[in-house]
Amino acid sequence: MAIEKTYAEINEKIRSGEVVVLTAEEVISLVEEKGISEAARQVDVVTTGTFSPMCSSGVFLNFGHTKPRIRMQKVWLNGVPAYSGIAAVDAYLGATELPEDDPCNSNYPGEFRYGGGHVIQDLLARKPVKLEAASYGTDCYPRKELETYITLDDINEAMLFNPRNAYQNYNCAVNLSSKTIHTYMGLLKPNLGNAHYCSAGQLSPLLNDPYFLTIGLGTRIFLGGGVGYVAWNGTQHFPCIQKDAEGNIFGPAGGTLTVLGDLKQMKPNWLVGTSFLGYGATLTVGIGVPIPILNEEVMRCVSVTDRDLYAPIVDYSEAYGQRIPGNLGYVSYAELKTGKIAVNGKEVPAAPLSSYPKAREIAGLLKDWIQKGDFFLAEPARMLPSYKDEIVAKTLEIKGI
Amino acid sequence: MASKKIILRFGKDISDKPIIFHLARDYNLVFNIIKANVNPNKEGTVVMELTGEKYDEGLDFLKSQGVRVQPLAEEVFRNRVKCTSCGACTTICPTGALYLERPSMEVMFDSDNCVLCQICLKVCPVKAMEVRF
Ligand code: SF4
Ligand code: SF4
Repeated sequence: MAIEKTYAEINEKIRSGEVVVLTAEEVISLVEEKGISEAARQVDVVTTGTFSPMCSSGVFLNFGHTKPRIRMQKVWLNGVPAYSGIAAVDAYLGATELPEDDPCNSNYPGEFRYGGGHVIQDLLARKPVKLEAASYGTDCYPRKELETYITLDDINEAMLFNPRNAYQNYNCAVNLSSKTIHTYMGLLKPNLGNAHYCSAGQLSPLLNDPYFLTIGLGTRIFLGGGVGYVAWNGTQHFPCIQKDAEGNIFGPAGGTLTVLGDLKQMKPNWLVGTSFLGYGATLTVGIGVPIPILNEEVMRCVSVTDRDLYAPIVDYSEAYGQRIPGNLGYVSYAELKTGKIAVNGKEVPAAPLSSYPKAREIAGLLKDWIQKGDFFLAEPARMLPSYKDEIVAKTLEIKGI
Repeated sequence: MASKKIILRFGKDISDKPIIFHLARDYNLVFNIIKANVNPNKEGTVVMELTGEKYDEGLDFLKSQGVRVQPLAEEVFRNRVKCTSCGACTTICPTGALYLERPSMEVMFDSDNCVLCQICLKVCPVKAMEVRF
């Protein structure tokens, strides 16, 4: 008999303490031992996790009103500009924003030691953050400038709002040129000196729900050490099934999520300010998504292993920057995790940029929360586009009027 | 007389040249090699103590040969609370002092293999590697 479970039934089991939860890593051996159907019968929820740099992240802040009031036109937090082209004392601080006096890459490679992501982490650590604002002054908002210190607890709202997180899959970056390059994929040594990949593979949220059968608008998730929600698909959400020129299939890629949550209940060890030498500043974000085992098809998806998941190998010295299509082949996460891969017939040392131990810890924490009855599943209000929607990426053409 | 501990880093192109021999013969410098390592990519790292009248000239000679010279730090260590075990340093560390343990994928730091080159301080995205001079 086919197995069918509803969100309500699973939540009832969470309430009664009978729920069975495994991480996406633990479920693999159960499925290998018992098969899909039996595993789907036994397990109610599978938890996933990822802890990676995610540049499209940031926070909406509302500072509260000063006396007299100001309509903030320009805002800086610890010297890092925030966007304030919204209501009077609202602002959006982006993770990759840099202080105006940052030397950037003028003394290449720049260090980018402090940016928006670091401000977010300082706020979470409850450190005082310097707030500066400037304005032109109006009849209703007479103040023209201010300088003060705030903490996360002093301000009204702080909403983490990340327009593109949890990339389903990512490139494995290499450097074919004869000089060292500094990229958002880390330092890449010349002549295929190393390879960097950035995914939790078999633990990664969207690799465990490749067809978007369960993750949708309103899905409750682990976000930055607290609770958050999936708000929409992410920007550049182009879910697809990877194929090479001969039509061989290399698993899913391309999906992304927009996520949000109340920053005040998140933790500084799960939202970490991050610097990439020669590239810029960003934020490393911890995300965990629970996957309800609604049926055998969902169980089949979560039982995926590193052997079944592939990253495209891409040259970052030229092909990436020049947007030259194609790649140097596909490599499985199982091969990547051995630390050595073959590219163009050469053995290349491989390393991750995404912490697998932290991904495992997130999946474990989320499992604990659910088992303890502290975290319930939310049924999506709307599903997200999947590979079946065949969304095609648009490119930006440079043209005159 | 100046006696200083320094780190020399050699690229693949120059690691087979007798540079240190010239340092001794042409500049009359006394050296004491503390640690030396050539990695599989033929990049060399030498930590040495250098003494002699022509210390500065000797250093200029090294630099002219394409050797990167930096003062020796006393210790490089890892801030375990900050380190996220991301792995980004593991193909960059020239000696394998920072390495991934498998299958746990935890990043380990073995200070015995560290030649204090400090490259990890720059590439660690969360600044978990620290130095004491
Ligand atoms: S200083 Fe850092 S990069 Fe250099 S050998 Fe030591 S651990 Fe490795
Ligand atoms: S790059 Fe930094 S955070 Fe990442 S494993 Fe190395 S020391 Fe740890």
